[in-house]
Amino acid sequence: MNTKKNLVHPYIPNSAPEIKEKMMREIGIDDIEELYNDIPDFLRFKGRMNLPDPLLSEIDLKSHAERILSKNTTCQESISFLGGGCWQHYVPAICDEINQRSEFLTAYAGEPYEDHGRFHALFEYASMMGELLEMDVVNVPTYDWGQAASTAIMMATRIADRTEILVSESISPDRLLIIQNYCNPTLKIKTLKTDYETGKIDLVDLEDTISNKTAGVYFENPSYFGCIEDQGTKISTIIHDNDALCIVGADPVSLGVLTPPSSYGADIVCGDIQGLGIHMQYGGGHAGFIATHDEEKFVMEYPSRLFGVIPTIVKGEYGFGDVTYDRTSFSKREKGKEFIGTAAALWGITAGVYLALLGPRGMQDLGKLILQKSQYAMEKISTIDKIDIIFEKTPHFKEFVVDFNKTQKKVSEINELLVKRKIFGGKDLSKEFPNLRESALFCVTEIHKKDDIDKLVLGLEGIIR
Amino acid sequence: MSPVKKIKVRNFHQAKWDEPIIFELGTKGERGILLPEIEGEIEAAVGDGLSKIPKHMIRKQPPRLPEISQMQILKHYLRLSQETLGADLNVDIGQGTCTMKYSPKINEILATSPKLTALHPSQPISTVQGILEIFHKTDLFLREISGLDQFTLQPASGSQAILTMSSIIKAYHEDNGENKQRDEIITTIFSHPSDAAAPAVQGYKIIDIYPNQEGLPDLEALKEAISDRTAGLFITNPEDTGIYNPKIKEFTRMIHEVGGLCGYDQANANGILGIARAKEADFDMCFFNLHKTFSSPHGCGGPSAGALGVKKELIKFLPIPLVGYNGSEYYLDYDVSHTIGKVRSYYGVVSAVLKAYLWIISLGKEGLEEVSRIAVLNNNYLLKKVLEISGTSAPYAEGHHRIEQVRYSWSKLTEETGITTEDITNRMIDFGFHMWSSHHPFIVPQPFTLEPTESYSKAEIDEYIAGLAKVAKEAYTNPEIVKNAPHRSVVHKLITNSLDDPDKWAITWRAYLKKWKNDRI
Repeated sequence: MNTKKNLVHPYIPNSAPEIKEKMMREIGIDDIEELYNDIPDFLRFKGRMNLPDPLLSEIDLKSHAERILSKNTTCQESISFLGGGCWQHYVPAICDEINQRSEFLTAYAGEPYEDHGRFHALFEYASMMGELLEMDVVNVPTYDWGQAASTAIMMATRIADRTEILVSESISPDRLLIIQNYCNPTLKIKTLKTDYETGKIDLVDLEDTISNKTAGVYFENPSYFGCIEDQGTKISTIIHDNDALCIVGADPVSLGVLTPPSSYGADIVCGDIQGLGIHMQYGGGHAGFIATHDEEKFVMEYPSRLFGVIPTIVKGEYGFGDVTYDRTSFSKREKGKEFIGTAAALWGITAGVYLALLGPRGMQDLGKLILQKSQYAMEKISTIDKIDIIFEKTPHFKEFVVDFNKTQKKVSEINELLVKRKIFGGKDLSKEFPNLRESALFCVTEIHKKDDIDKLVLGLEGIIR
Repeated sequence: MSPVKKIKVRNFHQAKWDEPIIFELGTKGERGILLPEIEGEIEAAVGDGLSKIPKHMIRKQPPRLPEISQMQILKHYLRLSQETLGADLNVDIGQGTCTMKYSPKINEILATSPKLTALHPSQPISTVQGILEIFHKTDLFLREISGLDQFTLQPASGSQAILTMSSIIKAYHEDNGENKQRDEIITTIFSHPSDAAAPAVQGYKIIDIYPNQEGLPDLEALKEAISDRTAGLFITNPEDTGIYNPKIKEFTRMIHEVGGLCGYDQANANGILGIARAKEADFDMCFFNLHKTFSSPHGCGGPSAGALGVKKELIKFLPIPLVGYNGSEYYLDYDVSHTIGKVRSYYGVVSAVLKAYLWIISLGKEGLEEVSRIAVLNNNYLLKKVLEISGTSAPYAEGHHRIEQVRYSWSKLTEETGITTEDITNRMIDFGFHMWSSHHPFIVPQPFTLEPTESYSKAEIDEYIAGLAKVAKEAYTNPEIVKNAPHRSVVHKLITNSLDDPDKWAITWRAYLKKWKNDRI
């Protein structure tokens, strides 16, 4: 626009001089500047925004962006074993087809009349999650697992009317940072120890730490280390004996084969739906779910939108609406439950599409494939000299920790060498869990072929040797 | 009489597919997608994978998900999409405060490229230089637009950016040893509900400033509110009334004098890009909604992003990591001395950041200024025309121009006809339009908030005005047609009483079956 003074930008129709003149005449002004009369001179920006010259043509814009993005190497160009909070799963074509539909992509906050389809699709998402989780209430998604866990914890403290929370130490450290910040300073967060022999919850520590001040206990299953926590019933019994709530973070991808947390006593279940048909997007594709049983004391503590199915004046016609809207900050500002705003609805719709596509058998197949492939990877890696699997005896799902300490090499060095072989190795845990020293979290999903795993093993053998 | 005489409203009818709930579709045995068979050698090595799992941890009953073939699933969701209005099809100026603008398709195509979508956030830095460059440059652009010194793109929404500001304020006072004493956040009743609700989560007491007779936040009320307990101020400017507060610097000065920090909610930035900035008004922090002003689509309610900028003194409190550039390489900087930790996983809603970057770079300095000028022109044109419609008013600041939106009222129409904002909302649907009331509480009675942004042509704005004029006329001449609306929507009048009844509300299909069909109990 610097050089082309009279250029009308394609995104700004009323920039066309003729229209602009006409509208100004209608308002009774000679210059758009007059519309800013209420902004005092001393508040006006006098300088010049130092922005690059615009890329006005779509051709230029596209090639500029492609040039920058080409500097990335993707998990399609390399083999990736990264997980730890964001996972490479297969995204069915229909998922993208639906979330790229103009109507879903660009709708916002319409009413249940003109946005009926949005309410319908999100009700179905919640319903299918409800089947997977065997729970009757699921929210319209929040930002991510970290927010879902934070809110689940807050809900527990309101329900129990206590302010202390126990959080398992084997959850994602990033998630713990989110929880700590969100709950600061209203809650007291205590750490619940992990048994480093098994990777499971230390039941003795749970018994010792829980008290009549504890509102709830939060743990994840599988844990950050991929360990399947099989003491769920024992844990929830201890929690309930203390009149506290059992809050479980779960990976929905695992629930075709693993029993849902509600079956071992969870009161609130939360987690991330990124694995359900949403691309990784460099960590951009997250959305969090919260689920409970259908009891008023739980429902009334959700800050989220909850869409319910209702009748209309026409018999047999489904309508939708907001369940107990007055709970929310939209209705009551600071007197509502926490806060609500724009979050991640499109990913909720997408996850719904995914669950419908997979169906009961698909979810079972998926879980089984992941179990088999990750077990194969664990077995093969454990045969490499000087490399061990930590918590090897405990059953895992999707992720596991590899111990490189005997190799005398740092994980960072090993990963650098793997990159040269077009492999992204496991996530370095040396900073997050210093007690595990040079260890890395590996992730294997349905997208990995035997060949990919064998290449990793070959690569590791080459590097260690 | 319509202020836009020759313009007709559409003989619209929304798609109505009478679509069943997905659980009512398909039959046992149908498959939507197949996964690969396990390779023989893997199976030979580890068996079925389940044998290693303790029996009591294996799911007994498969989840009762629907069983439907692929094309039928596609069709179901395509029909649901057609039963959603969507901003690409609608003249969406009735969703005021939300800055419904064109989300360029080229940006969408680029953001859905595998070069972005197939990146894992823990990849080696050397393999993500492209996306980190986008992060860093978006930060630099937003510094120019705001005058502040560093942005974090981590917050996933405006509300989460507000929470982040609250956390930073807490950390700042903690650092000064004043955190216990400073337990009050001041905001205005016309600011977004989250400006009050998010800091309350972190234990702050909230003081709401109400508008004075001119519709501006009452400076006298602020004087009453401030004290050595003041932690900070969260405020919008212009507020949702579209009135720019010329005394905003008095507000920030008074808060600073008592030792508080000032956070600027820039949800309403679309009319002032390059014209008025956070810096000149002396704000310590500000945030932009990348899904509003910066064009990332709204996605039925997210994903979104709240880009939060701060003054130099507050950089040390920002969430980790920041994205830096050392002259040859982009990197993630975890070395933030007094960081509040994290608010969202990883680095933020990356696709929204890329779309905002592309939008800025496709417009440049002059383009951004033109966006604002035309958004304000459109708004004042709309204002003039709306006020010509019977029964409307625009409370406060009579005779003044507004910035990018206006909070109007139908109260005169309601008094004269009994027709309410809600009735009109329902009738507007019959012409293919959305009209939103406003955030609670309704300080302006029978409110509606219109924001025409820069995206809509005069012809489209005129069509919307014709819709409002038509419905207003009906309110006086044929109120029943308005009261019983919508007539051409996807659904008929909803029966909503079960939504607040614990015995009847049904948030999932399984709950519906139990409560309404006596099934699965």
